[in-house]
Amino acid sequence: MPLLEPRSTPSAQMRLLSPLIAIGLTLAVGSVLFLALGKNPVEAFTVFFVQPLSSGNGWSELMVKAGPLILIAQGLAIGFRARIYNIGAEGQLIVGALAGGGVAIALDGVDAWWVLPLMVVAGAIGGALWGAVPALLKTRFNAEETLTTLMLTYIASFTLSYMVNGPWRDPEGMNFPQSIMFGDPALFSPWFEGMRVNASILIAAVASIAFWIFTSRSFLAYQLTVGGLAPAAARYAGFSAQRTVWVSLVLSGLTAGIAGVGEVAGPVGQLNLNISPGYGFAAIIVAYLGRLNAVGIVLAGLLMALLYLGGEAAQVALQLPAAITGLFQGMLLFFLLGTDVFVDYRLKPRPKPAYA
Amino acid sequence: MSIPPPPFSGPPTGMPRLELSGITKRYPSVVANDGINLKVGPGEIHAVLGENGAGKSTLMKIIYGAVQADAGQIQWNGREVVVANPAEARRLGIGMVFQHFSLFETLSVVENIALALDEPFDLKALAIRVKEVSTRYGLPLDPDRLVHSLSVGERQRVEIVRCLLQQPQLLILDEPTSVLTPQAVQKLFETLRRLAAEGVSILYISHKLHEIQSLCHSATVMRGGKVTGTATPSRETPASLARMMIGRELPVCEVPAYTGIATPALTVNRLSLVPDDPFGTRLQDIELEVHRGEILGIAGISGNGQAELLAALSGETTGAAEAVKLVGLPVGHLDAGRRRKHGLAFVPEERLGRGAVPSMSLADNATLTAQRQGLVKKGFLRPKAAWDFAKRCIERFDVRCGGPGAAARSLSGGNLQKFIVGREIMQQPIAMVVAQPTWGVDVGAAAFLRQTLIDLSRQGVAILVISEELEELFEICDRIAVLAEGRLGPAVPKAETNAEKIGMQMSGLFAPADKEPAHAAA
Repeated sequence: MPLLEPRSTPSAQMRLLSPLIAIGLTLAVGSVLFLALGKNPVEAFTVFFVQPLSSGNGWSELMVKAGPLILIAQGLAIGFRARIYNIGAEGQLIVGALAGGGVAIALDGVDAWWVLPLMVVAGAIGGALWGAVPALLKTRFNAEETLTTLMLTYIASFTLSYMVNGPWRDPEGMNFPQSIMFGDPALFSPWFEGMRVNASILIAAVASIAFWIFTSRSFLAYQLTVGGLAPAAARYAGFSAQRTVWVSLVLSGLTAGIAGVGEVAGPVGQLNLNISPGYGFAAIIVAYLGRLNAVGIVLAGLLMALLYLGGEAAQVALQLPAAITGLFQGMLLFFLLGTDVFVDYRLKPRPKPAYA
Repeated sequence: MSIPPPPFSGPPTGMPRLELSGITKRYPSVVANDGINLKVGPGEIHAVLGENGAGKSTLMKIIYGAVQADAGQIQWNGREVVVANPAEARRLGIGMVFQHFSLFETLSVVENIALALDEPFDLKALAIRVKEVSTRYGLPLDPDRLVHSLSVGERQRVEIVRCLLQQPQLLILDEPTSVLTPQAVQKLFETLRRLAAEGVSILYISHKLHEIQSLCHSATVMRGGKVTGTATPSRETPASLARMMIGRELPVCEVPAYTGIATPALTVNRLSLVPDDPFGTRLQDIELEVHRGEILGIAGISGNGQAELLAALSGETTGAAEAVKLVGLPVGHLDAGRRRKHGLAFVPEERLGRGAVPSMSLADNATLTAQRQGLVKKGFLRPKAAWDFAKRCIERFDVRCGGPGAAARSLSGGNLQKFIVGREIMQQPIAMVVAQPTWGVDVGAAAFLRQTLIDLSRQGVAILVISEELEELFEICDRIAVLAEGRLGPAVPKAETNAEKIGMQMSGLFAPADKEPAHAAA
């Protein structure tokens, strides 16, 4: 028996407020959690949210983590608006990293300015191709992209594992599953001594502006949105459903692929098995937390990056397990989905039998 | 399978079966029912007459327990009752056929009916019973078909049969005839009269005056949430009923003659189409030609190929290039957007979700099809142009709404239809295809829409109207053809045919070579 009934006019105000309510609820439940673990919540939250930003390096790390999250989420949001659910950005990120990393390995020793741009282009192509596979499967065989994108993530992950254990393993790496360290021409050079923030953050910034213009002004994005909101209206208007699928998946694959290059040519500096701490999945939360809006995604990406940092700080300062980061991410998504439900629905005043 | 007989609670003679007093229901922006009194006796067919928005549907939902009144009493067989929910209503013996169907698309007919039963059921036996009841009442239904493959008309049959299975003492029917052939309407009326003779009370909601005159014993007329009068329909004239209903004379369309040159604008040649949907209707050798300056009407009950023909005309399904021609240009292979570029406009039956995106503003909905009117430039939207376009459309076609920023779903059916029709007309089409132009639209807006279509055709546009409302087709069309079982009959000038002939064709009788002449119509 349905306990919820749709609201006749969902409040636009509440829709914007619901991420804030979700954050509030996450903090509240987080407090209870800290109390249960015998930690002072105020102290814990200070460690979690204030400490990471109390140093220049903290801000640098925030940018390092927010960059890929924002970049991937911008691409994903395009598809989500069109109800094309690419949940395999992690795989597209890995393939992008493989493609970009492959260029770096092949051109090892070449000292030219174009090595890094070439890596970015290769990563973009790699990610886009990995996104194109589910697009092809969906348009040709009507295969659910939620399944195929996720399955392709595993393939990407095992391919990476194979490459760093086999053909691309560093001969001098003492058999660790990792490639050679990339040379300087294949790396984004840090802006400040001793900090990791680098020019790849500019890619995310430029992409955010581009996506903001694209989503708010372009006719193509309008068509994608119509396809998501009312597929029959899109068909009636003559908008191609196939194009929607292709654009959504290729574009989100492309941004994830670039993010992958940003990691291997940035903080990681090589191909190994830890090139992404789940950015591709966390970006899904970022996209929704940001209301699929380019500006909102920037804010949500910063918050999510802070959660990563806070989780690390909590491990060190409070001796909490690493799972704390995932727990907070999960709670945030859970409460966001929960509050979103109540934007569109309300509890029925009393249960009525379903005559429907 | 057992469907229990209705609990015997027959009232002493003279006591009304249902008596409402002072029923009031307020919504945030409107008083839907304001002190409504209404009395229905056993075996009485009582009409509730009024325009869209008069409060009829709300009142019926209160009786059925789907909505709770803020004030007032309900007496059922002389006893005051609180109808807390529809299950309670069914227990009392009240059945209702809703105007907006509430069926699960992925389930079959019989499964949908089973879901509404309040007692355990045996699906197989129920299927047989469904078949039985539906045949008896002239509402043929295949119990095993999936609801998503049914037309609007067929879905309504499911709703009616679902109610009849529960053997109600009071049956509420909300605009039940809009999707029936004239013969089927007669058949339904026979059914209703028989039910009435058996003592079942019937509340019949409609705005069709002649139906109410021929069927109903008494009538309550509503306007703006209030009762404006009660009447014995047989003693009234349509004009007097209309005055009570809309507060003025019933508008009549003016149909001037076309003075331009009637060249063919929209041509369909040997269009055959096998539907993707296994339950869809196969179109067979459709031939038609619509000339500039005329309105060609296609009559028939939905489910006979209407949806398929519409999609093939609009470009939502594509096929052989030569099958559809626009002023001689083959367009059968082009999608809807490209056909629109060549001068074809299209108004679909479903306004929300197809003709307009419900959550988008009217300005954004203008861009949906009118993008070529300068609303998009070099791949970028021009919000100001869209806003102006929507504003002009709203003014020119008298769309009552909160302005170009209003969400499409916030408009009433009639006003949204005016907006969609207006949007298509403002693209200056050569040919226009319109499906169910006035479905669920109030009398005033319906008259406006019909006159708009007539005027447009007289400006040299070829218009094809697909409608289930025969009166409407006879009012606005120059020629009428019938679509039945995927075949289109010849287009006959309106003066040479009548409702009865059309009705016979609707039953598929114009192709006697393939078919036994059935007695079905009777």
